[in-house]
Amino acid sequence: MARITLDHLAHAYGPNPQGPQDYALKEIDHVWRQGGAYALLGPSGCGKSTLLNIISGLVVPTRGRILFDDRDVTTVPTEGRNIAQVFQFPVVYDTMTVRENLAFPLKNRRVAPATIRSRVEEIAGLLDLTRVLDRRANNLTADMKQKISLGRGLVRPDVAAILFDEPLTVIDPHLKWQLRSTLKELHRKLDLTMIYVTHDQTEALTFADTVVVMHDGAVVQTGTPDELFERPAHTFVGHFIGSPGMNLLPAEVRGATATIEGHAIPLARHYPDLPKGKRIELGVRPEYVHLTPKGLGKGFTLPVQVRRIDDIGRQRLARVELGGRPLVATVAEGQSLDGTEAALTLDPRQIHIYADGALVPGEAA
Amino acid sequence: MTKTVNQKAWLLVLPVFAVVAFSAVLPLMTVVNYSVQDTFGNNQFFWNGLGWFQELLDPTSQFGERFFDSLWRNLLFSAIILAIEVPLGIAVALSMPREGRSVAFCLVLMALPLLIPWNVVGTIWQVFARSDIGLLGSFLNRIGIDYNYAGSALAAWVTIVTMDVWHWTSLVALLCYAGLKSIPDAYYQAARIDGASQWAIFRTIQLPKMRRVLLIAVLLRFMDSFMIYTEPFVLTGGGPGNATTFLSIDLVKLALGQFDLGRAAAMSLVYNLIILSVCWVFYTVMTNVDAGNRTVLTESDPADAAAAAGSLPQATTIPLDRRAA
Amino acid sequence: MRPRHVVMTLYLLFLMVPIYWLVNMSLKTNQEINSGMTLWPHAITFDNYIRIFTDPSWYGGYLNSLSYVAINTVLSIGLALPAAYAFSRYSFIGDKHLFFWLLSNRMAPPAVFALPFFNLYSAVGLFDTPWAVALAHCLFNVPLAVWILEGFMSGVPREIDETAAIDGYSFPRFFVKIFMPLIASGIGVAAFFCFMFSWVELLLARTLTSVDAKPIAATMTRTVSAAGMDWGLLAAAGVLTIVPGALVIWFVRNYIAKGFALGRV
Repeated sequence: MARITLDHLAHAYGPNPQGPQDYALKEIDHVWRQGGAYALLGPSGCGKSTLLNIISGLVVPTRGRILFDDRDVTTVPTEGRNIAQVFQFPVVYDTMTVRENLAFPLKNRRVAPATIRSRVEEIAGLLDLTRVLDRRANNLTADMKQKISLGRGLVRPDVAAILFDEPLTVIDPHLKWQLRSTLKELHRKLDLTMIYVTHDQTEALTFADTVVVMHDGAVVQTGTPDELFERPAHTFVGHFIGSPGMNLLPAEVRGATATIEGHAIPLARHYPDLPKGKRIELGVRPEYVHLTPKGLGKGFTLPVQVRRIDDIGRQRLARVELGGRPLVATVAEGQSLDGTEAALTLDPRQIHIYADGALVPGEAA
Repeated sequence: MTKTVNQKAWLLVLPVFAVVAFSAVLPLMTVVNYSVQDTFGNNQFFWNGLGWFQELLDPTSQFGERFFDSLWRNLLFSAIILAIEVPLGIAVALSMPREGRSVAFCLVLMALPLLIPWNVVGTIWQVFARSDIGLLGSFLNRIGIDYNYAGSALAAWVTIVTMDVWHWTSLVALLCYAGLKSIPDAYYQAARIDGASQWAIFRTIQLPKMRRVLLIAVLLRFMDSFMIYTEPFVLTGGGPGNATTFLSIDLVKLALGQFDLGRAAAMSLVYNLIILSVCWVFYTVMTNVDAGNRTVLTESDPADAAAAAGSLPQATTIPLDRRAA
Repeated sequence: MRPRHVVMTLYLLFLMVPIYWLVNMSLKTNQEINSGMTLWPHAITFDNYIRIFTDPSWYGGYLNSLSYVAINTVLSIGLALPAAYAFSRYSFIGDKHLFFWLLSNRMAPPAVFALPFFNLYSAVGLFDTPWAVALAHCLFNVPLAVWILEGFMSGVPREIDETAAIDGYSFPRFFVKIFMPLIASGIGVAAFFCFMFSWVELLLARTLTSVDAKPIAATMTRTVSAAGMDWGLLAAAGVLTIVPGALVIWFVRNYIAKGFALGRV
């Protein structure tokens, strides 16, 4: 069990990296708290697997250090790190039984047979594998196999962290939920640091207490699922998390007013000195943009043209245009709309201003 | 993958069937025909029933003794070369460089002996091992080992076995290498995390994954060594004496050398039958291994399914209930 | 050096030394060969090679060999393609037995067939032509090609066939335009193995030819003259038989690993 510290970590696969474009992983400073449930979220190619491999010791970083508690393990090989990893495709030792699979890491470390026995039984009970302990591992389903590879990590009492590399990729949809709740439950019971790599926001947001969003080799935001949703620190986070993603519109901002295609919008916060020459955007989630029939909206409204309304089960989403700019809005239940003209209500407290992609905090008005 | 039942597929197989039947069935009929007849020359044949077979399978007759001698000799040879080539081939495959240009370099050099005409393989070892002009022969004699493969049966055997190892180990190695290449990296990473030693990795990951190709390798090597003809024929001509007269050499001597058609035909059939049965055993084992790999028992408890269904709403709450905020 | 580098180096040395000795010998005069051991040719001569390239009975042997190898490869692949497709896609009465029977022919000893083939091809008037050897080798190569191609074809999803049928492709057009490019590497591998077997086999090639179609391998067995063995010439002929194989390997070097798995790993 350990706290994992990334100290000015960066990695380039090629030799002699010149500029930032050569780095698969740009400089990162981060502390993974002992016992935390983390998700590392980002699209493929964002560097999350590289980061995972650095933590597990399969890749030695070009620069920086990695510490387990206060021990520098930057160059310590995988087997010396006490971490466990569950891979995208289930890895089990085909010729062994489930019991032998679970005992394998302990046997390799020359643990006494009696200890191995009790430990394997314990972990099998925890993962609900007791029934299949004496079956050959290669004849089991993918989710069982993933549990076995997880079990091989858990069976070691000294394990510092468990890393998951997109572990649900090959699991049947109806079993994904089950396996994920097993993971959450284990996390509550065992006080282990877990790092879960995925490109699926639902998986990340449901699993983790803290989500680290990566984009293009860099961490763009670290926060709780709520923070990522309410205050995306970067337009990428706003766009990537939530479905559909955040509405982003080019805007001119003066003081507490934003102007989009000639429509002035009052803001809840004050932006006195925005950097000059940067791309200024206004971001607001569809969940905070409501469509009402023309002339019926309360308070401040914006006139829009409705292009299409999609019914996606629990809610209705409207594709609208504001002065030619497309955006997505929510339609309240029971609300009926005629024609293409409608009014838009925005929640000013949920509007964020971004300069070149980064959130501008602003001042309380 | 289940296949569609379609009897018209026979039409697609027909050309192959016709050609192979023409090349295999017709000649075999001739052989069967010869095997039950005797001749006094002049193309006059008469019925001899199973006479040739009785003689062949009777170790006390001269012909039977000769057949069993070559059979045991051949089996011993096959056993020796399998015992050497399989472990050596695995070792070579494990020693292949991981990546880079040297991979192609090693592969090309390794495959080279496989594409040399078999008689040239014999020639290469002839000029290499002769004690007068060969590097190996004269070197051994110079360091005081009395080595002459044309004179001593032991030397002839050592030379032929070494030649076969030289010729065919690469086949085993390349097959094993192909098997090793198919193992995903995650297996090695998992094994490192589990603290497995090199030996444990070999036993638990590499060997099981190579099992299939190893079966093919053993099958091919057994069959080919059981039919070996050209290389020892060029190198030793079956000698000294009959020391390296393997089944095929004996058969060709009998059929094309002595034109003893009846005996040769009987021997051909028995020879073929042995090979066919060994082949069948391998084929059965191999199909079973395949079937074993493919059957994934999709047994999951009804209880699991119910639990999965139960946990579904709980897990969906977070993203969709955002908008209420 | 790591142990595996040592193993590899020793193994490659073991493979190369005898070949080096053959090359070495082909560049020597017979006088030098017979007068004692020299580790490299002291008086390099290309006479042995010149003789092979100027004497029709020598270079004719190469042409004969290459012609039956080529005929056999084309024939084997052409026959095996539809059959392999049938085995990989359909089940029909007797398919398993037929497949095993085909494969068992690959395993049959050529020595068994030498005499009956001699009778058969003499009877149909093909004796001493490249066609006799090519057809005889088909017995071994067609089953092998079917087996290899079936492995590669089973790796192509069946949906492709169905999609093409829906798109209005006739079967022959689908097979040539869509399916064959998909298994191109499989065809290459099968051709490689056909070439390999047909090129290295001697027993049948020698039995089924006498003068006109005599393969190089058979020519080589007759270098004994009144003055004793002509070692230099024999070695030079040997070196030249290695060249086509080496060329083929060089072209397929990037597919060797996959090829030896026969599309089945």
